[in-house]
Formats: sequence, structure tokens, C-alpha cells
Amino acid sequence: MPLFKARVLVSLRPSVLDPAGEATRAAARRLGVDGVQRLRIGKAIEVDLDAPDRAEALARLELLGDRLLANPVIENWSVELAELAGGVEP
Amino acid sequence: MSVGVVVFPGSNCDRDVRWALEGCLGMPTRFLWHEERDLGGIEAVVLPGGFSYGDYLRCGAIARFAPVLQAVREFAAKGGPVLGICNGFQVLTEMGLLPGALTRNRDLHFLCQPVELVVSNPSSRWLKGYGHGETITLPIAHGEGRFQLAAPDLERLEQEGQVVLRYAANPNGSVGDVAGLTNAAGNVLGLMPHPERACDPRTGGIDGRRLLAAALG
Repeated sequence: MPLFKARVLVSLRPSVLDPAGEATRAAARRLGVDGVQRLRIGKAIEVDLDAPDRAEALARLELLGDRLLANPVIENWSVELAELAGGVEP
Repeated sequence: MSVGVVVFPGSNCDRDVRWALEGCLGMPTRFLWHEERDLGGIEAVVLPGGFSYGDYLRCGAIARFAPVLQAVREFAAKGGPVLGICNGFQVLTEMGLLPGALTRNRDLHFLCQPVELVVSNPSSRWLKGYGHGETITLPIAHGEGRFQLAAPDLERLEQEGQVVLRYAANPNGSVGDVAGLTNAAGNVLGLMPHPERACDPRTGGIDGRRLLAAALG
């Protein structure tokens, strides 16, 4: 069965305040990095998944993203998917 | 007739809730381990505060899949009273039994202090011992208590009287100053403040008593 390597990106919805992001933006200024207009903190979740084909892999990731990894009330998410031939790193 | 107090790995207010219910109010309780499925003889359920499953991923996100909560979901659907306190409130929103989500406090600090709360719907089954606009004092202790919900949805909840307790001085940035809200049917209540820590005059007040007593209404 092919092995898929996925990265699920979870980000706060634009309307949701991100106080940790704001604090980090303030720290960037103290570091001397100017011009940071916006800084939002999310999560990147790496998933290795055995699935018969790409469509099935995406269907499972869809369920994972929507029902577990992200809370749709406050978060958006997206998925990047790569298939590994014979389970070898690309 | 007893109140079920759910115990997740990482709960830390379960014994406080039992002490308040039994020691202060004389109400019998039974601990419900997270793997339990039998709610026989239980007339109300409390999801206590703490850090269920380490609050991994998001507060309450893993607890949502605990077997006991399948039984609690059915119990709530039949109108059984369910009270979620602090982490219990977070679990109820993750389960979808209550709307919205609880996010990182506005100023990022863990807040552990008494707060003034305004009773905004005393006709709720949970607050019938209080007067409209009455101000009570309960402690809060949370890092992620900022209630978040889209404005039109919040407006609907307010019109339906589901926002039952508000902060007099908003400590964490919650939209609408929401400190406690119920589901549409009114039998499920989520609260960030801790009524079980305000039941004995020796530990700072008894404003939480009437609220906990309402569990067995």
C-alpha cells in the first residue's frame, strides 16, 4: 500500500485575535526587525498515512482535519500531500 | 439520586466538586471514570476543571472522544442537566454541546483571581436562585478562557437568553463578556468560573452554592 506524507496546516481564522502572534510581533520589533505588519501563529502537523490511493488518503485527511486537528469555529486548515514511492523519502 | 462527577486523566477539580456537593450541600455524588459508560442512578453530570488529557492539541479536543462522554451526550439529549466548569466548559464546546470556542486569554496570562459576575438570565434552570442583574463573586483559574464566537451567532444566543453569566470587568477578552452560557434547551451549562471553590465561607464566599444546588433542581 502506498505511503503518503501529508502536512496539515492549521491557522487561526482571520477574525480571531491571536495574542501570542501579537506578542511575537512585538518581540520581532525588539529584535530590531522592522516592517513586520502581521504575524499569526498556527500549527503544522505532519502525518504519514498508508492508503490505497490518493483520493482515499485525501478523504481520510479531510476527516482528520475537520473533526480533530482543527476546530472550525476558530481555525482554518489546509493539507499538502506527497506520495512516497516504496516509502522512500523524496 | 446522585450527581456524577466525570474524572478524566488530568482532571484536578473533581475532588473539589465532590467536596462542595457532598460536604457543603449534602448532595450525594459518584465519580464517573472516563472509560465508564453506565450513568445509571445519575441525575446530573458535572465535567470538572483541570487539564484533561494534558490539554493536548486544544483544550478539550481529546477528551471529546472519551467513552463516558458518549453516555453524557445521550443523557444531555434527553434533557439531563450537565454542568461543565472551566476545562469542562472547553470540553462541552469541543463536543458541540455548546456553541463557540475558548481561546488563549487576551493578555496571555494564566488568571487566578476572584471575579465579579452579573447574572443576566435568572430564569435559567441553573440560576433561578439568583436575581436579575445580581452581582456574585466566583474565582477564575484559566489560561484559555477567552470565549470566541462570530458576532451574529453571539447576538442570537443573547436574544435566546443563553448567555446567563457575564464578567462585570472582562478579565480575558471574551466576546460579549461571556462567562457562562447554556445550550438552546437550557439543560447544559458551561462556566469558566469555579462555583465549587465558593461554597464554604472559610474559603472566600458561598456565592457558588445556589448554582451547584440547581444541578438537582
